[in-house]
Amino acid sequence: MKRETCKLLILGAGPGGYVCANRAGQLGIDTILVEAQALGGTCLNVGCIPSKALIHAADEFHLVRHLAEGNPLGITAAAPAIDLTQTVAWKDGIVKRLTGGVAGMMKKAKVRVITGQGQIIDGKTVEVETQEGPLRISTESLVIATGSRPQDIGALPFGGDILSSTDVLNMQSVPKRLAVVGGGYIGLEIGTAMAKLGAQVTVIEAAAQILPQYDADLTKPVMARLKTLGVTVLTGAKAAGFGNGSLEIQTKEGPQTIDADKVLVTVGRVPVTDGFGLEGLGLTMQGRFIDIDDRCRSSMHGVFAIGDVTGDPMLAHRAMAQGTLVAEVIAGNAARWDKRAIPAVCFTDPEIVTVGLLPADAPDAGVALFPLAGNGRSLTLERRDGFMRIVYDKGTGLVLGIQAIGAGLSEMAGEFALALEMAATLTDIAETIHAHPTLGEAVQEAAIEGLLAQQ
Amino acid sequence: MGISSIKIPDVGEGVAEVELVEWHVKVGDIVKEDDILAAVMTDKATVEIPCLFDGKILSLGGALGDTLVVGAELLTIEHDGASSGAVEAQVNVVASDAPEEPDEPEAAEEKPASDNAPKPVIQPAPAAKAPEGGNARAPRPEGQPPLAAPSVRARAREAGIDLRQVAGSGPAGRILNNDLDAVFEAGSGPQTSTSRRREGSEEIRIIGLRRKIADRMALANARIPHITVIEEIDVTAVEDLRAVMNAGRGDKSKLTVLPFVSAALCRAIADHPEMNAHFDDEAGIVTRHAPVHIGIATMTDGGLVVPVLRHAESHAPFAAASEIARLAEAARTGKATRDELAGSTITITSLGPLGAVATTPIINHPEVAILGVNKMAMRPMWDGSQFVPRKMMNVSASFDHRVIDGWDAATFVALIKRLLENPAMMFMEDEA
Ligand SMILES: Cc1cc2nc3c(=O)[nH]c(=O)nc-3n(C[C@H](O)[C@H](O)[C@H](O)COP(=O)(O)OP(=O)(O)OC[C@H]3O[C@@H](n4cnc5c(N)ncnc54)[C@H](O)[C@@H]3O)c2cc1C
Repeated sequence: MKRETCKLLILGAGPGGYVCANRAGQLGIDTILVEAQALGGTCLNVGCIPSKALIHAADEFHLVRHLAEGNPLGITAAAPAIDLTQTVAWKDGIVKRLTGGVAGMMKKAKVRVITGQGQIIDGKTVEVETQEGPLRISTESLVIATGSRPQDIGALPFGGDILSSTDVLNMQSVPKRLAVVGGGYIGLEIGTAMAKLGAQVTVIEAAAQILPQYDADLTKPVMARLKTLGVTVLTGAKAAGFGNGSLEIQTKEGPQTIDADKVLVTVGRVPVTDGFGLEGLGLTMQGRFIDIDDRCRSSMHGVFAIGDVTGDPMLAHRAMAQGTLVAEVIAGNAARWDKRAIPAVCFTDPEIVTVGLLPADAPDAGVALFPLAGNGRSLTLERRDGFMRIVYDKGTGLVLGIQAIGAGLSEMAGEFALALEMAATLTDIAETIHAHPTLGEAVQEAAIEGLLAQQ
Repeated sequence: MGISSIKIPDVGEGVAEVELVEWHVKVGDIVKEDDILAAVMTDKATVEIPCLFDGKILSLGGALGDTLVVGAELLTIEHDGASSGAVEAQVNVVASDAPEEPDEPEAAEEKPASDNAPKPVIQPAPAAKAPEGGNARAPRPEGQPPLAAPSVRARAREAGIDLRQVAGSGPAGRILNNDLDAVFEAGSGPQTSTSRRREGSEEIRIIGLRRKIADRMALANARIPHITVIEEIDVTAVEDLRAVMNAGRGDKSKLTVLPFVSAALCRAIADHPEMNAHFDDEAGIVTRHAPVHIGIATMTDGGLVVPVLRHAESHAPFAAASEIARLAEAARTGKATRDELAGSTITITSLGPLGAVATTPIINHPEVAILGVNKMAMRPMWDGSQFVPRKMMNVSASFDHRVIDGWDAATFVALIKRLLENPAMMFMEDEA
């Protein structure tokens, strides 16, 4: 068997793994990155990027349809058509560009990339099944960045017309009737896109509301928009089985059926912790996730874990931040996780951005809100739904959390996160000049509202 | 009733200003004639100022550490006397260079008036500026994350500072770079165990003797480009000789190594007169001295004091030994006179058994050379065929590189080495 040695071996080339490898390479650490599939992991191949590509295409299509239907702007357009095969090919082009970029980045950082399924032998040894045969790699440090995969439900196993998020992103045509099981962000993002592309969409959510992690104020504008788009949302409903174009569901009122050509199951994601010898290490777990400390160290010396395998929030930018952190730790630098905030974006229509505490997380805190209906830029964009909201400490004006909902507000995530990391107060935001006319002015307005309430 | 202003008296010797090192009274105190009001320090001596009246203190003319010119107001006093006006105080010259006591925080405020040794003032330092809105809250309660910008957090992380222990002076208690600066200045290093962690800081004003030392060291280090030569010396022979000379002396004082080092220095200076000199850099004049007055840098509780072994060149070993012992004792107890503390032409510094392997002695300005004596230790030395145990002692000698070349510095130290390794040579008149 062929053998290799390295100082750092990273298993999995998602945003956690490749960012870690890149930083380690820059720091001069002899690094090997092992990936069974394409570089970029879930995020680049079947997650963030392709889903946003699809959402963009759907938005464009929907826009033209909206223009074709007659509009106050005085624009006329012919009824559009979409060839989803071509859309998906376009999306694949973007994915290829980005994964190619990752490959180039690895080369530049002098990271050795090995393609194949890795099997952990022990904390210092990984065997990779490569095309040229098995390769045994000895390493000083091991980083587990194997990510997550879609969760299935017993009643609806993936296959055939029952799709995972991965499958739906590669569909060649728009289904006539799509049932989305699971009203979390992935289901709603894709469900909304499909509705805009012309599918008749029904969302089935077991909890009392969609996007259960957010409060009702935040989800209300999304609900309203879904209604306009013709999406049916059934809350408090559970999918029980599928056959012959009919989805059975259980509701409080009793069993029902929903006609559907395809069923998209997005009930969550599970960390990938089995099938590659991880069990043999006997690491301390935190539920389904690998337990880590503030340096991403697992319970075994020299074994680290980052990204979705380490728990919530399962987001690409958290994985990336952890990847950087681990590279620094392995290089011997003083680094530890001390972030105040991980922003989360939901690319529904309108988009939701949350950073820090929600009002429900801090009952004693002040809440300042400014509706986008009062924002000039919003009106010029033909939108008046949504708001900016700041949760702050009443005594000091310290910003504890910021939430926003509105079309195109995902780009505000950086400002919000910066405000939290800088420990900004309402005054800091209110005193920062926000360009006019922009949607961002609304957060300044909210801060001013908060200051007025404090007087 | 009269009100008088007591002035800083002329303490003589052309002294134009004094440093206020101790207050014995505070505003409102009732004092009697001859009570000590304050202590001031001149160039070398501490001077106490007694009261001339029975009365009540109305105001003080300065804070500890202030420099006051002769004739300035020391304080004002209300007294029974009929006349008002200014009076010049009298002075009591007390022990010169009285060493400071060990730092005792509680001694700062209330101390008996008879205790005339200057003491350091310890004030609880404000941990940091009070935050806006008076929300001082550090150290933070457990579990409450510290508020600081990422750059500040990174800086703290790299320095191993636990931000939970740092007071934030920014809005909402945000920890600013300034707050971190304060921590660095307070010198709190990495903190590891919560149970052993200490809080707070204290500010110690550098006054009196310590300030004199600080000023002199700063002056010497800033002005003089030092070159330091470090050499290993085999003192086995000296030690053997010393043992023989000390044998059978019973209670009589015994020789330490210092008289031998002093003798070697005097002998070496005979060949290198440029080392026994003062350099007046403003006038551009080097004054070489014929007598060798060796300053013996002596650690006292209050700091470094340098009594002077005068005419070291004329002392035989036992005479030098007893004079050195006497001077050291006088310095330690604060009884050394001004004369005994002035006029050295070259200095020896020694940390005794603590003396490390090498040191970087700072020249006693305006001298041009200083000889540092390091710790003696038994070390294995190669004699050409085997390792033999030898008593080794390193010397670290610094020279004013403006007037002493490296070559001369090295030959001078080499000569001292040769003398100490062959002690008989020290006592010969011939060229060494
Ligand atoms: C549809 C969808 C949309 C999403 N949208 C967003 C979004 O908008 N924003 C956001 O922040 N996050 C989004 N996410 C989540 C995001 O993709 C993940 O949080 C992120 O990819 C996690 O990164 P990771 O590095 O931990 O793991 P992954 O990206 O899952 O990468 C793990 C990699 O490890 C490889 N691997 C696993 N086991 C082995 C083995 N034994 N040997 C070799 N290789 C192995 C896998 O092939 C995979 O490539 C989305 C996810 C989905 C599914």
